[in-house]
Amino acid sequence: MSYTKLTRDQIAERVAQDIPDGAYVNLGIGLPTKISNYLPADKDVFLHSENGLLAFGPKPAPGEEDPELINAGKEYVTMLTGGCFFHHGDSFAMMRGGHLDIAVLGAFQIAENGDLANWHTGAPDAIPAVGGAMDLAVGTKKVFITTDHVTKKGEPKIVAELSYPATGLKCVDRIYTDLCVIDVTAEGMKVIEKVDGLSFEELQSLTGAKLIDATQG
Amino acid sequence: MIDKSSASLKDVLSQIKDGSTIMIGGFGTAGQPAELIDGLIELGIKDLVIVNNNAGNGDYGLAKLLKAGAVRKIICSFPRQSDSYIFDELYRAGKIELELVPQGNLACRIQAAGMGLGPIYTPTGFGTLLAEGKPTLNYEGKDFVLENPIKADFALIKAYKGDRWGNLVYRKSARNFGPIMAMAADVTIAQVAEVVELGELDPEHIITPGIFVQHVVSVAAKQPEQSA
Repeated sequence: MSYTKLTRDQIAERVAQDIPDGAYVNLGIGLPTKISNYLPADKDVFLHSENGLLAFGPKPAPGEEDPELINAGKEYVTMLTGGCFFHHGDSFAMMRGGHLDIAVLGAFQIAENGDLANWHTGAPDAIPAVGGAMDLAVGTKKVFITTDHVTKKGEPKIVAELSYPATGLKCVDRIYTDLCVIDVTAEGMKVIEKVDGLSFEELQSLTGAKLIDATQG
Repeated sequence: MIDKSSASLKDVLSQIKDGSTIMIGGFGTAGQPAELIDGLIELGIKDLVIVNNNAGNGDYGLAKLLKAGAVRKIICSFPRQSDSYIFDELYRAGKIELELVPQGNLACRIQAAGMGLGPIYTPTGFGTLLAEGKPTLNYEGKDFVLENPIKADFALIKAYKGDRWGNLVYRKSARNFGPIMAMAADVTIAQVAEVVELGELDPEHIITPGIFVQHVVSVAAKQPEQSA
């Protein structure tokens, strides 16, 4: 059997289905940002940005850009009606204080126990930068990860133990890859969905951690 | 009569001495007090410890201060950006010291200083490289790391409007670190687009009460070139 990997947009669309009406959500830089394109208009989803925005909206029309209205990725955004501004202390109270419902982040590696690495490769010449990743990892009610299932070199990104420096310990709740959706639970990593044509055995062979088949049918 | 407003940026900045610790507001270029920073460069102040979220963008503001060789150490959360080439070069050459702090810990360490607290326990960073060697505590089943307050001699921030008592309002996402840095420095200098008459700012809308602000300088701010 052959299978087709999900595109980045398809992963974003899949995550959007799991974001409920009324959720307060922080979308990380990169693929997670794309999720906002797939949130249905009939849902009120409040997007939070580290730099003091709640309920921000899409990018402005050309010519309407305001250098003082940017998101954490330093992209121009707009505000939705009812949105608001606040300072960094309040912003991180929302993040660390358990007020945000969902954070969607990228990853270098996710370990079987839910440890996350996404801030630093540990390479000696790398300039480290952490931003708000560690705060989101420990403070958000649910941490979702979007990632390719394996690296460009074909190595598993879902591993038994991290080899990259950790961002947070036992913090990941759900992983969306281009091959499957995995719930990280106390019993282990449960595969709840996978792409058509991909056998569980093949998926396991592309994964460094032990998987549990929890797909239906 | 108390009048914290000043027409001369140079007069206000001239109290800053070599070796000072200075908080600089802003997230990227939004909220960065670029005109105050340019003033620092003109005065040739050296050997500074800078607290900011980033480590400069392009050749704008903070990046220019780094390029001038005025900064000994930077405390920040996100130095590496697509346009942080000035910092990158200094760091790789070993010409600047970096203390990397998770962004929320940066905020709450600044707040701790502003509130008169000592070291604080935070869950962020527990079990990571950034908590190595720091005391920890398990409280109600959750792990915490002890982090010290960050206090500064000066805070340079950008607000939108201010009055002669130092009350400030901000504009959009340029607010970011401004209000908490104003509380954590011995002397806070705010650059504003406009100094307004006392009473013009609605008391319900004042974000930074004047008690936290020592100087308000009106500048005709140029808008930064935004880059991703």
